[in-house]
Amino acid sequence: MKEEIIIAGFGGQGVLSMGKILAYAGLIDDLEVSWMPSYGPEQRGGTANVTVILSDSPISSPVLNSFDTAVILNQQSLDKFEKSVKPGGTLIYDSYGIHRLPTRTDINIYRVDAMEATFDMKNSKTYNMIVLGALLKIRPLASVDSVMAGLKKALPERHHHLLPLNREAILKGMELVK
Amino acid sequence: MSEYIKSPENKVYSKPRLLNDKHMHYCPGCSHGVVHKLVAEVIEEMGLEHEAIGIAPVGCAVFAYSYLDIDWIEAAHGRAPAVATACKRLDPSRLVFTYQGDGDLAAIGTAETIHAANRGENIAIIFINNAIYGMTGGQMAPTTLEGMVTATTPYGRRVDLNGYPLKITNLLAQLPGTCLVTRQAVHTPAAVRKAKASIKEAFRNSMEGRGTSIVEIVSTCNSGWKMSPAKANQWMVDNMFPEYPLGDLKNTAKQ
Amino acid sequence: MKEEVKLMKGNEAIAHAAVRYGVDGYFGYPITPQSEVLETLEALMPWETTGMVVLQAESEVSSINMVYGGAAMGKAVMTSSSSPGISLMQEGMSYIAAGELPALVVNVMRGGPGLGTIHPSQSDYFQATRGGGHGDYHFIVLAPATVQEMADFVALGFDLAFKYRTPAMILADGIVGQMMEKVVLPPQRPRRTAAEIAEQCPWAVTGRPEGRAPNIATTLELDSAVMEKNNERFQRTYAEIEKAEVRYQEYFTDDADYLMVAFGSVARICLKAIEDARSQGIKIGLLRPITLWPFPYKEISRLAEKVKGMLVVELNAGQMIQDVRLATEGRVPVYHFGRMGGIVPDPQQVLESFMAHFPEASNNSI
Repeated sequence: MKEEIIIAGFGGQGVLSMGKILAYAGLIDDLEVSWMPSYGPEQRGGTANVTVILSDSPISSPVLNSFDTAVILNQQSLDKFEKSVKPGGTLIYDSYGIHRLPTRTDINIYRVDAMEATFDMKNSKTYNMIVLGALLKIRPLASVDSVMAGLKKALPERHHHLLPLNREAILKGMELVK
Repeated sequence: MSEYIKSPENKVYSKPRLLNDKHMHYCPGCSHGVVHKLVAEVIEEMGLEHEAIGIAPVGCAVFAYSYLDIDWIEAAHGRAPAVATACKRLDPSRLVFTYQGDGDLAAIGTAETIHAANRGENIAIIFINNAIYGMTGGQMAPTTLEGMVTATTPYGRRVDLNGYPLKITNLLAQLPGTCLVTRQAVHTPAAVRKAKASIKEAFRNSMEGRGTSIVEIVSTCNSGWKMSPAKANQWMVDNMFPEYPLGDLKNTAKQ
Repeated sequence: MKEEVKLMKGNEAIAHAAVRYGVDGYFGYPITPQSEVLETLEALMPWETTGMVVLQAESEVSSINMVYGGAAMGKAVMTSSSSPGISLMQEGMSYIAAGELPALVVNVMRGGPGLGTIHPSQSDYFQATRGGGHGDYHFIVLAPATVQEMADFVALGFDLAFKYRTPAMILADGIVGQMMEKVVLPPQRPRRTAAEIAEQCPWAVTGRPEGRAPNIATTLELDSAVMEKNNERFQRTYAEIEKAEVRYQEYFTDDADYLMVAFGSVARICLKAIEDARSQGIKIGLLRPITLWPFPYKEISRLAEKVKGMLVVELNAGQMIQDVRLATEGRVPVYHFGRMGGIVPDPQQVLESFMAHFPEASNNSI
């Protein structure tokens, strides 16, 4: 098993921490993992992306040119990474703010209205967990239990009271995928 | 007759044991020799010869490590307070002191000096202020007086070109991290005694962890000033002391 | 007992490994992309556990001179920074080398010159391997490619530094500093006691005990004849290190027709490119120098007898390629592929560059 994932969006959407939780879930499941951020002065508000690799064999390059799965949360990232999805791969995008839709026909494309769902949950901070839930429904890379265990490791203890809310958000994201 | 004079009970003075017999490179009349002797005496009297770590500067005192038989580190120009910071933090049981000149402490090492003092590092700083760069041949120092002729101010220091004499000790006295900030001299026996008392208090502060102590010694550089030693002493009294008045600027133990 | 596997950034791994090695002091100044080293150490509060000193200095200049002071005391002391900060430290690094003092300096390189960028780079190769400050000296330079190596090289760096009384450097790039992957941290070791330091480092400035001559850490020697002797002693040490401490890793070199040479994270990008090439029947091998100084000249020279050409891949304008060319002595073509200014090539770009330089490689394939 090897899954090469790019998660891309605006800084502040929780792109990096979503990748981190996925990596932690991989750790729980005894997989090899790598988490490689694109960081920069644009960290807040600009584009941010992270490459996460989960694999049952050692990982060579943490930097990739093509991906099994792309999770896309803004237009710039869609423009940049749609072409980087491997044929037969998966592209998941949130339609919020997207006006040029993906056009490829050789990949599986899923639209997930996660931003809208945060309005229902009345908590915008759950956004990345909703997206993560959708990703896990489409690509069952880890169980919800592993993800929750990973989240517990990734979150400082003072934030552990937020774990139930995050679980709810992940389940909500899973429901969004029909 | 001579045998009688040499008997131990008639001995009134001896060189401190820690000051070795190496031939000093200092010019006759220079204040460094006296201050070296005071540092050696104080370490001996306090029984700290096995605890003492001296940090030598770049400048005339670069070879201080040659003359006092304690452990030394020779620092890069201006960095003695940073070196001392690490030594004292890594082994707080040691007496850690720096011995620096005006160029080292108040020009190239200003940041290290101010930040070590601002952190209240438990170190003692012996600061020789002779208003000139002695080692490199008498160039302008940050503490050079207005109008003073040096190799790089051949027509006298002009404040419009070179800025003002830097009273770094006054700056250091403002910092909460300092516990003793004092300005002394070694041109008379009385002054020498006072300077020695200040050095002793500074070393005691280091051992007791009371913060940073700075003992400025307003000094002569008769070679750099191009005067006889006696004339240099008088010139210091007449010209240096008005700009750099002697006395404690701060002593938290007395407040 | 199963080893505890953790997930962390390379910079964090360095901090954890430092505490566990029993480092006596860390002195540093924040700069992206390595600030996590100092941040992690401050959060770990090792002064409460091992007694390790952690201090945020007022500058890199001050940091490296604190390291100089601590090293002179025979303590295991270190600093970390990124390219512009390392440039500021060069004076102190020269003093540490000249003082024959053990210490560890970590450079998590970012793109230069000047203030440059905060993104990954390898453009300090010359500075690191040639002794970046004044005078004839070297640091032992270790180039980690994984987070595990970031952790492991703390111990290796200190061990080598103390063995040879010469400073060591971990020359990492922003990729391995910022990426997270699995790491097994070494077990906690105690810090050395004063008695152990006195025994292992008889030269250390500790305060002179009764009966011992003063220990003086100085780099000044105005007698040129003595200074030349000092230099000859440094060079003898370097020759010993060159003989005994060359480290490298080879991948797929047994049947390789071509060779890539790359260090640090770039070697991993090359490895992926090589895996892709091999799936097309193009046999490329990889040599990854682990020590950049001493450099694996002999091993590359040996491979020059076997392969038809080499591609050196670096995040710079072509620095390590000079050492590869020294090793190959013109026997095979050696080309360079480099990205600069913080741009990181992906495996496909590396392979495209290879094919552009060696178009005949594809004719031989399949």
